[in-house]
Amino acid sequence: MMKKIFLPLALVTAAMFAYAPFAINNVPLESTMLLVQKIFYFHFATWMALTAVIAVCGVSSLIYLFKGSRAADWYAVASAELVVVFGVFGLFSGSLWGRKAWGVWWQWDARVTMATMLVLVFLGYLMVRKYGGPGSEKLAAAMGIFGAATAPFVYKSVDWWRTIHPQTSVVRTLGDKFPAAWNLVLYCSAAFLLLAYLLLAARVRLEAMRSELDRMYLAAED
Amino acid sequence: MGVLASMFFALQQQTPDGFVPVTGAPVTEQIPAAPLVMASYAFFLLLMVFYLWTIWRRIGKVEGEMQALERRQSESPKR
Amino acid sequence: MRPGFLKVALLVLKKDLAIEFKSREIAYTTLFFAVACVMIFSFAFVKEEGVPVEGAAAGILWIAVAFSGTLALSRTFERERYSETLRALLLAPASRPAVYAGKLLGMILMMVATEVVLTPMVAFFFHAPFFARPLLLASLLGLGTIGFASVGTLFAAMLVRTRTRDVLLPILLYPVTIPVIIAGVRGTAALLQTPPEEPVATLWIGLLTAFDVVFLTLALWTFEPLMTE
Repeated sequence: MMKKIFLPLALVTAAMFAYAPFAINNVPLESTMLLVQKIFYFHFATWMALTAVIAVCGVSSLIYLFKGSRAADWYAVASAELVVVFGVFGLFSGSLWGRKAWGVWWQWDARVTMATMLVLVFLGYLMVRKYGGPGSEKLAAAMGIFGAATAPFVYKSVDWWRTIHPQTSVVRTLGDKFPAAWNLVLYCSAAFLLLAYLLLAARVRLEAMRSELDRMYLAAED
Repeated sequence: MGVLASMFFALQQQTPDGFVPVTGAPVTEQIPAAPLVMASYAFFLLLMVFYLWTIWRRIGKVEGEMQALERRQSESPKR
Repeated sequence: MRPGFLKVALLVLKKDLAIEFKSREIAYTTLFFAVACVMIFSFAFVKEEGVPVEGAAAGILWIAVAFSGTLALSRTFERERYSETLRALLLAPASRPAVYAGKLLGMILMMVATEVVLTPMVAFFFHAPFFARPLLLASLLGLGTIGFASVGTLFAAMLVRTRTRDVLLPILLYPVTIPVIIAGVRGTAALLQTPPEEPVATLWIGLLTAFDVVFLTLALWTFEPLMTE
């Protein structure tokens, strides 16, 4: 089933991303930050995608650890890679935005620090897979579980400490205060979630193929 | 937009005949926004292209090994 | 008949303490390392006239705790690996989470001993009023230690059979415990202000408690599947 909807979904996603720059160009400017605020539409969407893939990684790591399901391990490693990809873009876009809005390329505020930590945790996941030797899938699963467990704290961090980063209420009230932006946020988030799904499917396919290759090697030895 | 408009009118009242560059504006006002916005979206594009390329390359390697195995299987005599 | 959870944990703790008392190797080396850490920071963070940099004390204390804690973790489990006692422990008819709890208690005691030495040292070298609110500081250190040690014991135990364990332990442990360290440093820094900012410190104590609950629960839950081949 995944194979049949892959191509149409890919076309839809590509079309959405092709249209996105025009939509972002047409949306009205925000009153205090003006042009630089337009980074927000992809910046927020990437963190949406990140939340989705972190959840996938946490759940599949749990399933792998407790049930030993190989397929769960494929999803775990694939989503961990995507956490790093989306996280890096989130931090980079945030840094560019902050350069103008805050005056500095980097600020150790609560949200930025915790988000960096999340990316580091999943980088650690990938390092364990690569350098941990046999049995490293389980070790990585532990990282995935702990990483996913800290994600809610990252989200709430900006509400608990009044720091320089915008709070969660900004997006929650966007529908009332700035409807054009809210629609664009939904559009970009949908595009990013579709993209995350497609990338995940492609990456999982790679893992499945590797598994098949291993099986073929084992069969050839007989 | 309203902020810009009122700033513009204030400056107009000071120098009605000519344009004068800003001095002593805060750092956040002096940084041009457009390059940052463009860099952000360009980086996204590059990142996606790069990541897709790494997946494609890895799949290619695995497929190559699979084909090599199959060739070896068909060439060598079955025990 | 399988012994109860607490009994197993305390038995494991007693065993560790007994072994440690004979040689005191881990205790001495960890303490010395922690002291060396603080000395290096003292040299690095001192201004020209010999006056220490303000506001550095909280961070330095927690970094020294984290570094020496990691050292103690790897030394403890290296000892287990060397004498293959970990496998024996896991083969014993005792619940695995209880074994984990026993090792965790030992690690917490080790880190607390280090903190008892480090806190007056840092207070002394950095002219920092650590003892203005001793109960709050003790809560911060205690809860932070529990959070750090709970993740550390789990990771160190699961890495025991890995060849690259020495390098992987810091790579895996530090990012996951960043929230604990941040909470500890911010809370301690709040207490070092004049006057000490008690509500801020209490906020961080609350957050540390939340982290501890999450991390401990996850560790107890995942210890068994992680240690099984």
